[in-house]
Amino acid sequence: MNLTLHVWRQQNARTPGRFVTYEAHDISPDMSFLEMLDVVNERLIEGGEDPIAFDHDCREGICGTCGVVVNGRPHGPRERTTACQLHMRSFADGDSITIEPWRAKAFPVLKDLIVDRGALDRIIAAGGFISAPIGSAPDANAIPVRKVLAELSMDAAACIGCGACVAACPNASAMLFTAAKVSHLGLLPQGQPERFDRVRAMVAQMDAEAFGSCTNHEECEAACPKGITVETIGRMNADYVMASLTVGRRAARLGDSGGG
Amino acid sequence: MNLDPKVPSGPLAEKWSKTKFDYKLVNPSNKRKYSVIMVGSGLAGAGGAASLAELGYYVKCFCYQDSPRRAHSIAAQGGINAAKNYHNDGDSVWRLFYDTVKGGDFRAREANVYRLAEVSNSIIDQCAALGVPFAREYGGLLDNRSFGGAQVSRTFYARGQTGQQLLLGAYQALERQIGRGQVQMFTRHEMQELIVVDGRARGIVVRDMVTGAVETHLADAVCLATGGYGNVYFLSTYAKGCNGTAIWRAYKKGAGFANPCFTQIHPTCIPVTGEHQSKLTLMSESLRNDGRIWVPKKQGDTRAPGDVPEDERDYYLERKYPSYGNLAPRDISSRAAKQVCDEGRGVGATGLGVYLDFAESIGRLGEDTIREKYGNLFEMYERITAEDPYTVPMRIFPATHYTMGGLWVDYNLQSSIPGLFVLGEANFSDHGANRLGASALMQGLADGYFVIPYTMGDYLARTKQAPLAADHPDVRAAEAAVAGRTQRLLGIKGKRTVTSFHRALGRIMWEHCGMARNAADLKAGLAKIPPLREEFWRNVTVPGSGDEINQSLEMAGRVADFLELGELIIRDALERDESCGCHFREEHQTPDGEALRDDQRFTHVAVWEYQGDAATPVRHQEALTYENIQLATRSYK
Ligand SMILES: Cc1cc2nc3c(=O)[nH]c(=O)nc-3n(C[C@H](O)[C@H](O)[C@H](O)COP(=O)(O)OP(=O)(O)OC[C@H]3O[C@@H](n4cnc5c(N)ncnc54)[C@H](O)[C@@H]3O)c2cc1C
Ligand code: FES
Repeated sequence: MNLTLHVWRQQNARTPGRFVTYEAHDISPDMSFLEMLDVVNERLIEGGEDPIAFDHDCREGICGTCGVVVNGRPHGPRERTTACQLHMRSFADGDSITIEPWRAKAFPVLKDLIVDRGALDRIIAAGGFISAPIGSAPDANAIPVRKVLAELSMDAAACIGCGACVAACPNASAMLFTAAKVSHLGLLPQGQPERFDRVRAMVAQMDAEAFGSCTNHEECEAACPKGITVETIGRMNADYVMASLTVGRRAARLGDSGGG
Repeated sequence: MNLDPKVPSGPLAEKWSKTKFDYKLVNPSNKRKYSVIMVGSGLAGAGGAASLAELGYYVKCFCYQDSPRRAHSIAAQGGINAAKNYHNDGDSVWRLFYDTVKGGDFRAREANVYRLAEVSNSIIDQCAALGVPFAREYGGLLDNRSFGGAQVSRTFYARGQTGQQLLLGAYQALERQIGRGQVQMFTRHEMQELIVVDGRARGIVVRDMVTGAVETHLADAVCLATGGYGNVYFLSTYAKGCNGTAIWRAYKKGAGFANPCFTQIHPTCIPVTGEHQSKLTLMSESLRNDGRIWVPKKQGDTRAPGDVPEDERDYYLERKYPSYGNLAPRDISSRAAKQVCDEGRGVGATGLGVYLDFAESIGRLGEDTIREKYGNLFEMYERITAEDPYTVPMRIFPATHYTMGGLWVDYNLQSSIPGLFVLGEANFSDHGANRLGASALMQGLADGYFVIPYTMGDYLARTKQAPLAADHPDVRAAEAAVAGRTQRLLGIKGKRTVTSFHRALGRIMWEHCGMARNAADLKAGLAKIPPLREEFWRNVTVPGSGDEINQSLEMAGRVADFLELGELIIRDALERDESCGCHFREEHQTPDGEALRDDQRFTHVAVWEYQGDAATPVRHQEALTYENIQLATRSYK
């Protein structure tokens, strides 16, 4: 099949970008979306031009490295599918496809379709962990976990940190990302001791980054390639309220180390 | 080359505890004066960086992705082994040790493997404590599944995303230390040179992949946890960025490279669809718990799978290996698949495929149970092939998946360069000539969480080193080498793309040094690589500049190294004139086509020493001695 691509090209963070149009000929429906870009890039390189820069690594939908906005939708038209798992059979011969990077103040564009998502790591560093120094653990079966809680925790832990939720949100909020981690750890018995400190520290970091606030559009849930639901946001909000109620000023000061 | 494995004396089961006691310790208040470089943030790297930082060392950690959480460990699906014996089915440290040595076809070092089995249980405890949401039974206790090469159920898992969950556990522990300032993280930085001064590893030179800046980082010791080099085959189950550059640079600085030809071909991957193919996707071995592998009995049978009656199907693994059946080890299952395809009984458009069929287990357990166990894998399969594996059997074919070879290390995980430690898939240590499923995650975390914290302390406590000046001639030379290579690659301005060279190399490797090898093919392959490499350095085209994000330049550097490493792999395969594990030499097989080892001549590790670009490397040997188990012919019948 033959396609027309409108691709965001931007030299670096300091230079303004623009759309450039490319024709993509002889594309097989069995190609993944990124393989289609590979083909376009090979032809650009052969013609002596700079290829389109895009982030990718595993190409199996698990590392969270890839991520572009395809015709206005993060990761493209197919539900619960990352760009690397999207296949060209989802498009028709003659289609025009617009390809852009994640658009969010907290994710500056580095080049073409590549953005800087370091803010997500900083949210985790602020409190998205259980402090269990290596070597200190009791026998794994010493703490039974209700199956349903383990499953719910796993649902939230499936987040790949790609940032599609931020890209989809009209406010560029990182609520779904943060809530997924709060849920993953907060649902488990091992996560209880730090549960309230964790949510406070992570939300504080989220606010300190350039993310917007959540106004319940739920676009994040629709865009999430791993099916993380806004239920996690409900859980996080509840924990946050509990944290403010149960943690007095002195305790908050003690907990301010972020559990570190 | 000093290849003393430093295996401690004493009974096998006491070696590790005794050694831990013998290690010198660094006083707690002195630990912060030491700095350690960790290249890699996978299970081995993130685990190691976090544990060293917890002890109080100052750690600098590097990865080429934009976040440490994206290391390729994230893609592991099926599970992680441990000798917990939670199911009372006869497992033990000894059995895990034995299965691993036997699975590796008796080409691994006994003492290392025993230690691995010994710490396996602590790994599961640690991961659970860090919040890894392992699969549970209704009583709340941990669930297990079975993996190839074992007759006990010892594999712990988190749906089909075990690697992801284990890595997130290690990543979160690492981020906690980053938050405390104990680890400094460098993402999008690629190591391109090792700095060796007075015979000791003292630092690395990296390229900042965003600005192109060439940076030097010095430390008291360097660890490489940079993963496997299977992308030398171009098509593989690895992530696109996985590379051999870090270990190859170390090899060229004097580190021995052990058993490079031990490359694992995984039996169950989604088959190739066309020339555009950029990578292959694994379908986890865990599927073989409930899926049955078959091909039609007739050659060239083009009927739809559902139209082939039961008695016209050949469940060839169950037929040939009745006691292990579909759970025969990987090397054996891959070769069996190749064999039936060579006989013209392969399925799918290319004839390079076999069925993995779930109809029977769906009938027995119900679709919901299968969905709960493997839902995400089935979904992944459907995304790629547009076929529904709940109703049509999967089509699978072997693909390059893992490298047992890697930099040579002693019992302390130290390479032949003092101060250079190698962890995880990047070293050669524990899997011999074939790795069993669910044992790589175990080894990565064993190295990172439970071995390096001890061995590093001993090295630092015993080594007095003066601070190194940033303008030391060896440092300057390493920096100049990195800058010079970049300029050279950019300056060629030839006509052929990097990817086209990589594909060509991959084809040579797959055809000449794949699932079945022989001297004539290996020699022919060996002759094909130098001309390709010569053309690369004359005719490759790398657009753009060196002071910006330049993905063609990144790939060019990696492919340049693969073009050298590929040659060493074939050379090693040629020299190892026996069949063992993954390394099947057609000249050496039993009448029924099984691998035939030559214990007399090859019960050793082959360790290659670099002699300069123009010279042939030298092959050394580390003899393997088995004091505790008897070498036997592997049988899974
Ligand atoms: C699809 C798939 C499924 C698997 N499933 C299983 C399974 O179920 N069970 C099991 O036990 N094993 C499995 N394995 C194998 C296992 O995942 C790997 O062997 C293991 O995760 C390797 O971990 P590692 O820490 O050694 O390296 P990796 O996780 O590969 O990490 C390498 C790190 O090094 C960094 N790096 C590499 N080169 C450089 C450089 N030049 N400069 C700077 N940084 C660099 C990378 O950025 C990364 O952080 C699977 C493998 C694959 C491919
Ligand atoms: S490349 Fe890893 S999720 Fe797409």
